Formats: sequence, structure tokens, C-alpha cells
Amino acid sequence: MAGGAASGGSATTDTYKDARGWLLMPAWSVLLVLSLAPVFMMLVYSFLTKEFRGGVIWEFSLAAYDQFFFDRGLFGDDPPVIEWTYLTIFWRSIWQAGAATILSLLIGFPTAYYIATRPENVRPVWLFLITIPYWVNLLIRTVSMKFLLRDQGPLNDLLMSTGLISEPIHIINTNLAVQLGLFYSYLPFMVLPIYAAVERYNFALSEAAADLYANKWVTLRRVLLPAVKPGVVAGCILVFVPSLGAFLAPDLLGGAKNFMIGSLIEEQFKGNAGNWPFGAAASMVLLTMVLIILLICARQQSKAGKEV
Amino acid sequence: MKHMIKASATAMALALAATGASAEGKLVVYHWFEYIPQDLLDKFTAETGIEVTMDTYDSNEAMLASLKAGAIGTYDVAVPGDYMVSIMAGEGLLDTIADGELANKGNISSDWADPSFDPGRMHSIPYQWGSTAFMVDTASYSGDINSTDILFNPPAELSGKINMLDSQGEVMAMAALHLGMEQCSTDRDKLKALNAMLQEAKGHWASFNSDTAKEVLVSGDVSVGMIYDGFGAKARSEKASLKYAFPSQGYVVWMDNVVLLKDAPNRDSAIKFMDFLLEPENIAAVSNYARYGLGVNGAGEFLDPELATLPESNPPAEAGAGVFIEVCDEATQAVYDKIWTNLKK
Repeated sequence: MAGGAASGGSATTDTYKDARGWLLMPAWSVLLVLSLAPVFMMLVYSFLTKEFRGGVIWEFSLAAYDQFFFDRGLFGDDPPVIEWTYLTIFWRSIWQAGAATILSLLIGFPTAYYIATRPENVRPVWLFLITIPYWVNLLIRTVSMKFLLRDQGPLNDLLMSTGLISEPIHIINTNLAVQLGLFYSYLPFMVLPIYAAVERYNFALSEAAADLYANKWVTLRRVLLPAVKPGVVAGCILVFVPSLGAFLAPDLLGGAKNFMIGSLIEEQFKGNAGNWPFGAAASMVLLTMVLIILLICARQQSKAGKEV
Repeated sequence: MKHMIKASATAMALALAATGASAEGKLVVYHWFEYIPQDLLDKFTAETGIEVTMDTYDSNEAMLASLKAGAIGTYDVAVPGDYMVSIMAGEGLLDTIADGELANKGNISSDWADPSFDPGRMHSIPYQWGSTAFMVDTASYSGDINSTDILFNPPAELSGKINMLDSQGEVMAMAALHLGMEQCSTDRDKLKALNAMLQEAKGHWASFNSDTAKEVLVSGDVSVGMIYDGFGAKARSEKASLKYAFPSQGYVVWMDNVVLLKDAPNRDSAIKFMDFLLEPENIAAVSNYARYGLGVNGAGEFLDPELATLPESNPPAEAGAGVFIEVCDEATQAVYDKIWTNLKK
């Protein structure tokens, strides 16, 4: 497998050897201009002095990071203590995103497995059905969720008419509503990579496990899951990372009573605070955290690869 | 919601640009979403031959951020609220309208000709004005609603059924009225009391939401909701039991104004547009659409008669005074920002 890829690669290199640098130019420039330059700008802004009501003054300052990590009281002249406000907001966002990821995994894995085990000609239909809701703008879907989950909404009406509950369940404006919203927003990002992994899985391995007296649970845990793990990890990252910075679901479904990372940062640029360096600093802290999480994932993947 | 509206407004602006008759000139407007009738823009184009392009925003602060991030020089006019006019003037984002430049300047009613936020109307003309308070569903609460206690110290049956606007300025101004303190206080004890009062009140609130402030009231998700008067009138037409409150402690008054932006690429068109909006018939069309008050003389005959008797824009005699949101200095504002973050952490 690896040898095949390498020889294929060298063939390409030979054919386009002279032009390779030029051919990569468009891709590199897009990456540089649209991806790295904004991040670099944020990094620079986070170390500048804030201008009152938005904007920056081009003087070096650590004030933004100081504000993030140290609390100097309501009037800013108490001795500094550890600032828990923003760390709490970050922790809450991580927790919400984590819960949404687990929810997506629990629903997404069986879904992906089901699709991947259908006859080859009907799989595209199932994948198509998964993506249909995502043709509609995320905002509209989130507002619809809000009306579905209401105390007098269809979900509660249905549950009450079946006699399962006698009082409406209060979901809207709770953490659960946010998790449901995030789960719903990003479910396909879980289903599609797992589907891709399960589709490549050789089901003869499961049969072999069964022949060797492994029950279904052991087969799943010891044979299927290790084989499709890269897909599961990719799915988890693809759900977790955007959930971490989301602000639509927390604002609309969670009632915006508690800042999430996304809404905290938005407030610094579009809200009353107008504190651009602080918004940039909070983004940098978020970026650092996400990078650390991704690095841990990558290291574990490569470790697992070496063990096999 | 706001993004949805933004998209449709952009589509509208594009359609408009395409139908512009003869290209006599251009005008680029930076406006709130859903705040000017399309017919009126068509009329302006028909009368002057000026093509209008419009971008929209959803808060004064978002508009300011966008202009400061480099959009100044793109737009000719914007429509900031009262306090934002003084902020923008202070930031040097506004151009001065010279004496005699506006043919219809005399149409501005004397109440609004010399406002505190733009003395002498150097940079702006009145657009619409109204109030911000809250509505109560009288089907679920029969007591007196004309008190800020409904928001900050509600009776048990309303606790947990209150939506606040997700807007620092308006919530802080109402809270100041509730406590009977000035809006830009430097008195530490009062500020601590304000912080504590808001922390306590938050336990009674269901949500902070501006975009769906009307919908949550109409759908019955909440029984009390902060809202603008014109939005409130629309909410009442969909649910008759909703009643707009004029608290005895006072309420927030606001005025949106058309300002001439610095470095306007089409300054002449902008002046024509401002003159157009000072014509009683034209600004009355805005009021008939948006359900807010206007600041121009002689518009009475063009106004929908219903507007004169709207309960949302006619405060009862016993109502408290209406106050504008004040602009605090940097040090004071920092404390209020901190209180707001404390509230939402």
C-alpha cells in the first residue's frame, strides 16, 4: 500500500517536476492570504493597545492577556487575583462542545454503519438524505429548532399527546437546548468521515472474529472500532472544533444568558465593549487550546499506528 | 434572524441597482435592516435618477465597528441612534452639513432641531424616534405593569418568563432608572448596588434576545419582554393581550438620525437624499411602515391615522420621563462593561 503510494507520487514528480512550484502557487497564496494572514493579524492585534469604542492604537501592550487572566475588581484597582470569569466561559464552551460531540458520536456511528452496510447502489441515496437539511442556512435551521423545542412547541405537544409526560419539558434556554442545537448543526460532519472509514472496512474481519468465538460486543470493540478509529477521531474533531466557537445555537437556543467563547469574542468586536485586542487575545487562547487538542489527537494516532 | 434579513436586504439592494433608470448618480446607504420601505427608495430613484445601493446592520455598535474597520469612505449616509451620533462625531466619522446646503432643513420640528446629541444639527437630520420599554402579556398577569419592578424585581408569576434585549446600553439605562441613579455614575457604592441588583434580577430572566424580541412575546415563550414601541405595536396586532408599559420610573427614548459620513463618495446624492427624507410626505411613508414617530413639521396629513392613537407611542400622563442613553467617558464605561460581563459570565 505504502509502496504503491510512493511510486505513484514519484511518477507525478517526474511529470511536473519543473512546474511544481508554480502549480502550487494558487493553493499556497489562497492559504496565505485567506487563512494565515487573518490569524497573524489577530496575533498582532492581541498585543496592541485598545482604542476606546473599537479600534487599536499601535503600541505594544499585554493588557488584553492581563484582562483575560487577572481580575482587578469592578473598578480595576484591587490587587490582581486569578480571573475565573473567562476561564469559566471557556470551560463551559468546552463542556457544551464535548457533550454535543458525544451525542453526535452516539447517533452518528450507528447511522454511518447502517449506511455503509447497505447495498452499494442505495448508499448514495442515504448520504443524500443526510445532507438535504444542510442545504438550508444554519441560522434558519437554528430558529426552527427554537420553535420545535418551545414549551408549547410540537415536540412537547407530541410527548404530551402520547401521555409520556403530563407537563411540558422545559428545554428551551437550557444547556440541553444548546447541546441539541450543536449536535443537530454538525451531525453530518460526524456521519460522513465514519461512513468513509466503515465503507473501507473489510467485513471478512468481523466474520473471522465471529468464527473465533468473539461475541458481537467484542467484535465491535476489538475489531471494528480500532479499524475505523481514524474516521471516528476525524468526525469528533470536525464536530468539536466548530461547536467550540459557535454562537448561533448558544444565543438562540440557550437564551444568551451565559457567554460562550464565540459570543464573548463577538461582543468585543460588535457589541458595546468594543475591545478589539481583548477579542483577539481570547481568539488566540482559543486557537492555542484547539491546537493542543489536535496535537494530542495526532500523537495518539501515530502512537496507535506504531503499535499496530 | 438578523442574517436572514441582511441577506434579503442585500438581494433587494442588488435588484434595485439593476433597475436604476438613468445613471444620474449613485448613493450608498448604510442602514438598519427592515427600516425603510422599498417603494420610497424607488420613488427617490424615479425623482432624481440616483441609483441607491444599501447595506444593512443590526446594531449601532456593529455599524461603528464596521466603519472603523475601514468601511468609511464606502458609504454616503448611515442611520445611527442618538448617542451613536455624538460618538461618531467625536470619532471624526461625520462630515459637516454647511448652512443652506439642505433646502428642507426648516422642516425639522423645533423639538428635534437642536438635540443634545448633535447641537444645531451639524451632521444629521431626524429619521425616526420612539421609546424602549417592555411589554407584558396581560392574559398571564393582571397587576400594574407600569413599573420597572416587572423587569428587575418581578412578581412570582412572572419570574422566569422575562426576555431582555441583548443590548448593554438599553438594559443599563433601564436598570439606572429602576435604581433612580444617573446613567454614567462614578459613585462606587451605587455601581456596586447596580451590579448586585442585576445579578439578583438575572435569576428571574429567561433569556437575552433582540432579534426575536417580538416573536418570543407573540409565541408565549415569555410573558414579559423588553421591546421598542413600534415593534411592540406589531406584536400587539398579532397578540391582543400584549400591553406596552410606560414605567413610572421612566423609560428610554431614542432617535435614529440620517448622518452625512466623512469621505462620502457621493456627497451631492447624500444631500439630495437627506432633503428627500425631510419632505413630510416621504418621512411619513417611513413612519407608516416602521410605526415610529417622525421629527418633521407638516407630516400629519400623510400619516396613517391609527399612528396618532397607538397606545405604544402615546404615554399616559402618569408615565415617568423618557431619557436618552448617555455617553460615558472611557473610565466610567469600563466599569459598566465589567458589570455587563459579570451579568453574562
